[in-house]
Amino acid sequence: MSTESIAWPTSGTATRRPFVEQLHEWVSTVDHKRLGVLYILYALAFLLVGGVEATILRIQLIRPLNHFVSPQVFNRMFTMHGTTMIFFVAMPVLFGFANYLVPLMIGARDMAFPRLNAFSFWMTAFGGLLLYYSFIGGDGLYGAGNAPDVGWFAYAPLTSKTFSRGHSTDFWTLSLLVSGFGSIGTAINIITTVVCMRCKGMTLGKMPLLVWLNLVMAVLVVLAVSPLTAAQIMLLVDRYLGGHFFDTQAGGSAVMWMHFFWVFGHPEVYVLVIPAFGFASEIIPVFSRKAIFGYPVMVAATVCIAFIGMSVWAHHMFTVGMSSNANTFFVLSTMAIAVPTGIKIFNWLATMWGGQIHFKTPMLFCTAFLFQFLIAGLTGIMLGSAPFDWQLGNSYFVIAHFHYVIVGGILFTLFGAFYYWFPKISGRMYNERLGKLHFWLFTIGFHLTFDFMHIPGILGMPRRIYTYEPGRGWDIWNLIVTIGVFFQAAGVLVFLGNLLWSYFRGVLAGSDPWDAWTLEWSTTSPPPVYNFAKIPEVASRRPLWDLKHPEDPDWHYE
Amino acid sequence: MSTPALATPETDIGWNLPERGPVGMYCLIAAEAAIFTIFVVAYIFYIGKSATGPQPKDVLSVPIFFTICLLSSSLTIHFALKLLRSGKVLSFALWWLLTIVLGAAFLAGTASEWRHLIYDEGLTIQTNLFGTTYYSLVGLHAFHVTVGLLALATVLIFTFLGDVNKQHAERVEVLSMYWHFVDVVWVVVFFVVYIVGR
Repeated sequence: MSTESIAWPTSGTATRRPFVEQLHEWVSTVDHKRLGVLYILYALAFLLVGGVEATILRIQLIRPLNHFVSPQVFNRMFTMHGTTMIFFVAMPVLFGFANYLVPLMIGARDMAFPRLNAFSFWMTAFGGLLLYYSFIGGDGLYGAGNAPDVGWFAYAPLTSKTFSRGHSTDFWTLSLLVSGFGSIGTAINIITTVVCMRCKGMTLGKMPLLVWLNLVMAVLVVLAVSPLTAAQIMLLVDRYLGGHFFDTQAGGSAVMWMHFFWVFGHPEVYVLVIPAFGFASEIIPVFSRKAIFGYPVMVAATVCIAFIGMSVWAHHMFTVGMSSNANTFFVLSTMAIAVPTGIKIFNWLATMWGGQIHFKTPMLFCTAFLFQFLIAGLTGIMLGSAPFDWQLGNSYFVIAHFHYVIVGGILFTLFGAFYYWFPKISGRMYNERLGKLHFWLFTIGFHLTFDFMHIPGILGMPRRIYTYEPGRGWDIWNLIVTIGVFFQAAGVLVFLGNLLWSYFRGVLAGSDPWDAWTLEWSTTSPPPVYNFAKIPEVASRRPLWDLKHPEDPDWHYE
Repeated sequence: MSTPALATPETDIGWNLPERGPVGMYCLIAAEAAIFTIFVVAYIFYIGKSATGPQPKDVLSVPIFFTICLLSSSLTIHFALKLLRSGKVLSFALWWLLTIVLGAAFLAGTASEWRHLIYDEGLTIQTNLFGTTYYSLVGLHAFHVTVGLLALATVLIFTFLGDVNKQHAERVEVLSMYWHFVDVVWVVVFFVVYIVGR
C-alpha cells in the first residue's frame, strides 16, 4: 500500500506547498492514481511530438515533387511517428487509464504491487527518452545526430550493422526493450490486482466490463510483448556480439524477424483496441441510461478476440510469399476474428436501442467510434484475404485501414474516456462547448484524411515513399488528406486547451456528475489517496444503481 | 463520501481471493515462458542451417551430471520449504544451502562447457548460426539461473542473520516457484539442444 500521507492538492483552496516538494511527491509516488496521471500526461506530451511528425510527413506529400524535407528526414519521421504513437502514446495512455480506473472500479485501495507500478512507469518513461535521445546521439561518433530510419517494424536485414551504421537502430531496439519491461511489469500488476484485490462480492461475473477488458489486455501484453523483448535481444546479439539470427548471408532468416515482430505486432493491435472497447462499454450504457446489453457475451467475445488474435499475425506477411497452407490458415483465422468483433458492435448498438441517449461529448466520440470501427473492420476483412492483399499490401490502402482502426477506433474512444473521467480525475467539469468543437473538428479532419487516403492506395501509391511524380492521379487525394491533418491538429489543440482551462476554471463536478453506476463514482472527485474510507461491498454489476434504487436493485435480475 | 453499504442478497458470503505473490509469479513465469519459446523456436528453426562448422554433433556432449544437479535442486528446495513451514529454521538453512550448491555446480558445468567450446573447438557466438543460437539459448537460461542463485543467496543471508522464520514460508515459496520454473526450462533446453539438435 502507498505510504504517502499527502492528500491530493484540492485545487484552489489548499495552501501552496513549495514546488520542489510537490515535484518530489510526484516523482517518488507509488499511488496508482498519480502514476495513472503521470502515464497519461507523458502520453499526451508524446502525442504532440508524434502528431508533429505526422504533420511533417503530410506536408511533404501535399503535392508531387515537394521539397519540404529530405528523403532521409522523411524516413526518420515515419519511423519515429510509428514507434512513438504505438509505444509511447497508445500503450502508456491506456496503461494510465487502467492504472487509474481498475483499482477504483474493483473497490481496492491501490494496485497489487505499487512499487512495481512506479518502476514500470519509469521504465516506460525512460524508454521514450532513450528513443528521442537518438536525435542527439544516433550517429554516435560518426557525426551529427540521426534518428532511426528503419520503419516501425524494422525489418531485417535493414537493421544489420551493414545497412544501419551508427547507433540510431540501437536506440530504437534498446528503447523498445526497456519500455517492454515496463509494459510487462504493468501487465503483471493489472492481472494480479484484478485477481487478488477485488472488494467483497465482486465476483468475476460482476466486474465492470472495463476491468474485464483490461484483464484480457494485460494477459495479451504478457503473451505478446515478451516475444518482442526476445526478438530485440536477438537483434542486439546480432548488432553487438556479431550473431547471425537475421543475417541471411550466414544462413539466418529475415523472415524469422517478420514472424517474431508480428507475433507481437498483431496482438498489439488488440492490446490497444480491447481497453478502447472497455471505454465504450462503460460510456455507452451510462449515456443511454441502460445496462450493457449481453454482458456475458461481451466478456466471452473479448476472450475469444484475444485468443484468435494470437493466431493471425502472418496476415501482415502475405506479400512475403508463404506456403498456400499458411496463407489459408491465416486468412481463415483473420476472417474468424470478425465474428466476436461483430458481436460486440451489435451489443453496443443493442445497448443504445430504446435507451434515452444523451449526446454529451463522450457519447459523441463513442458513437463515431461505432461507425468508424465498423468500416475499419470491413477494410480489415478485405486486406485479410490474401489475393486482395497481394494487390494492395504495402499501399496507402493499408495505411488508411490501420489508421482507421487506431485513430477512428482507439483514439476516438480514448477522447471519449478523457471527457468521461476528466471530472473524476480533476474534480472539475470540462467545457461541453469546446468538447463538441473538438469532436466536430476532429471528426471532419479524420474523415478528410483517412477516407480519402484509401483512394491513392487503390490507385497504387506505395507507403513510405517520400515523394511522387505528378499525373498519376494521386495529387488531389494527397492534397485532401493533408488538409484533413490540419483539422485534426486544430481539434487536438482545442482538446488540450479544454483540459487546461477546465482544470483551473471548470465548474466543480461533485463525485458523480454522470449519474453513473460503477464504484469510482462513489468516492470524491478527485478520490482521496486511500480511495475508499470503507472498502465497499457489491452485489451486482452496477453497485451505485443498487444504492440509488434500493426498491429495484440489479441483483434481482443478474 | 458515500460508500455503498448494501443489503446484499446473501448476507455474509465467504470472500477469499488468492494471495498476490503466487499470482504475480505465475504471470512473470508466463512472460518468461513466452521469451524462452521464441528462443527455442529460433533454435529449432536454425538446426542444421549453419553455413560452416562446427556442427552440434561434432562438439556437444550431453551434460548428464550437471543436469542431475540442477533437477535435484528442485527437490532440495521443496524439502527446505517443508522444513521452514514446520518451523525448523536450521534444517531449512542447510537444505537451502544445498540447493544453492547444486545450482552453482550447474553454472560451473555450463562455464566449463563454454570454455571447452570456445578454446578447444573454436565455437563462439560469431562463428556460425549454431553458435549464435546455442550461446543465446543456453546463455539466457544460465542468466536466469544466476538471477535465481542471487535471490536464493539473499534469503540464505537473511536466514543466517536470524530474520527468516516460519511466517515467511509463503514469500519464500514464491521464490521457489521461480526456481522450479528455471528447472523446467532446462528440461526443454536440454531436450532441444542436446537431443533433438544433436
